[in-house]
Amino acid sequence: MANPETSGLATEMALDQNVEKSSPVKDFWRKFKKQRLALVAGVFILILVIIAIIGPVITPYSSDEPDYANVLQGPSLEHLAGTDNYGRDIFSRILEGTRISLSVGTISVLLGALIGTILGLISAFYGKWVDSIIMRICDVLFAFPGILLAIGIIAILGPSLVNVVIAISIFSIPNFARIVRSSALSIKSTVYVEATKSIGAKNRRIIWKHIFPGTISSIIVNFTMRIGTAILTAASLSFLGLGAQPPTPEWGAMLSGGRDYLSTAPHLTFYPGLAIFLTVLAFNLFGDGLRDTLDPKIKD
Amino acid sequence: MTATPLVEVKNIKKYFPVKKGILGLKKSYVKAVDDVSFTIHKGETLGLVGESGCGKSTTGRLIMSLLDATEGQIYFEGNEITTLSDNEIRKARRDFQMIFQDPYASLNPRMMVKDIINEPLIVHGFEPKERMKRVKELLEVVGLNAYHADRYPHQFSGGQRQRIGIARALAVSPKLIIADEPVSALDVSIQSQILNLLKDLQNSFDLTYLFIAHDLSVVEHISDRVGVMYLGKIVEIADKKTLYKDPQHPYTKSLLSAVPIPDPKLKRERIILKGDIPSPASPPSGCTFHTRCPLATEVCKKEVPKLRETSDGHYVSCHLV
Repeated sequence: MANPETSGLATEMALDQNVEKSSPVKDFWRKFKKQRLALVAGVFILILVIIAIIGPVITPYSSDEPDYANVLQGPSLEHLAGTDNYGRDIFSRILEGTRISLSVGTISVLLGALIGTILGLISAFYGKWVDSIIMRICDVLFAFPGILLAIGIIAILGPSLVNVVIAISIFSIPNFARIVRSSALSIKSTVYVEATKSIGAKNRRIIWKHIFPGTISSIIVNFTMRIGTAILTAASLSFLGLGAQPPTPEWGAMLSGGRDYLSTAPHLTFYPGLAIFLTVLAFNLFGDGLRDTLDPKIKD
Repeated sequence: MTATPLVEVKNIKKYFPVKKGILGLKKSYVKAVDDVSFTIHKGETLGLVGESGCGKSTTGRLIMSLLDATEGQIYFEGNEITTLSDNEIRKARRDFQMIFQDPYASLNPRMMVKDIINEPLIVHGFEPKERMKRVKELLEVVGLNAYHADRYPHQFSGGQRQRIGIARALAVSPKLIIADEPVSALDVSIQSQILNLLKDLQNSFDLTYLFIAHDLSVVEHISDRVGVMYLGKIVEIADKKTLYKDPQHPYTKSLLSAVPIPDPKLKRERIILKGDIPSPASPPSGCTFHTRCPLATEVCKKEVPKLRETSDGHYVSCHLV
């Protein structure tokens, strides 16, 4: 057996006995803690998720039962955000709407990310005509303004919340495909991918064990950012009457319902609007923080 | 030297197309490797030296089949590997592995050392029980410790990383190892450790090396035979001793005269070459070295010299020898 006994090596060994065990998760947390704003946004999102899960338990009033004795009341201790034109408690409806907005946002972006990632990886790895075809299709999808594309898709499929999910996921696909492709391309040209090839590994192994893990951080960042956009788009579509239909307590639909009372009872639109604003802002800030943490170019 | 050589490279060429013109219609070629032939015998170390851009790394990658040759054949133990399908090449790679230049780039930073060394074992279908045992064994063989298995590459120094790279190359017990400048990214003090490790491993495991380098003293230390490349061609190939004592090609002579001698009193004639290495996209006519050769004549500008045997096992490609 080889026995490279050298003094240099011995000191190296002695030193590295004390190397702290680090793991990617620990590293991540150590850096992420420093992003105060993103941390606050993360806590806010966590609260939203909890509300989405246990929503009906904590709502003080039923979200869809009219109470004609208390129509259009302003915010009070009894009704924290007032009541709408049917006397329904707006605060309860907003809480209930959290579940709809979060799930529509998450599911649609998840679908888009899944398909987009696979397309991006294939595009980057196989290159040539496969790449050209996938990227030209993405260019076409990119050429449509997002909301217009969604309206078009819903015009074909018919207005409903499920179709909103489909529409948003379709226009998320090219976004993910592009981002995954570009980071996959840079990983594909690294020496360690070449080394894996020279070992005799199959393409599938190279893609999933080496290239894909390298793209995960950019996928996560983009995922968080897109959820904000997706929630906004879903709300816009519902506002236009293409998504959730009344009496569903969807934030966008609530805005739309309150339109006629803008001057007399602005709280009908103010509170759902605030909910949308805060949620989208939280996802964007959280995404920004993730990007700053996960981007290898930003060293601490 | 009559037995079938482990590797036989015959008239191999690699031209990289370069698109020119507004529409990319005019094609020209960078002749990275231009008609190179040599053999590597079992158990020996063939050193390949030359300036950067002379095609030595490309030659290594051609033998690894990481690149497809434009022309020519490569035989491994008498079987042609240039015509194998992708799938057959994958399986054949069990017999030849590669060590890369930059140990900071050749290990996946997201994988633990054990997974990096384990990978070739998984790819070539070793038993799961056997694998972990083998990984630990390999770590010890290359001078690391078994407890290093659970660490990430960034927790190691350059020399240690190169050892990991060597362990990965050794994992499937290959017959040939192509070492592409394995020490040029390391500190001089670490270089000798790695070179000695490579020598020890060669004795223990009966390995054959193709050792690519640009450092003549490194090559002298490790090689049995040395080939000198210039602009995609082999200009001289011989026994190490013959080449260092009695270089024939003017390029080899000037290269050797540039090796520093650790004695300030010793004076010798330095042959300093004029100009830069020409672009391999438009190599000079005739002998590609004639633009910089101190001895060039009219013949050199017109005729391409052939690699001729001047004495036993000593091949030179020069009109004047």
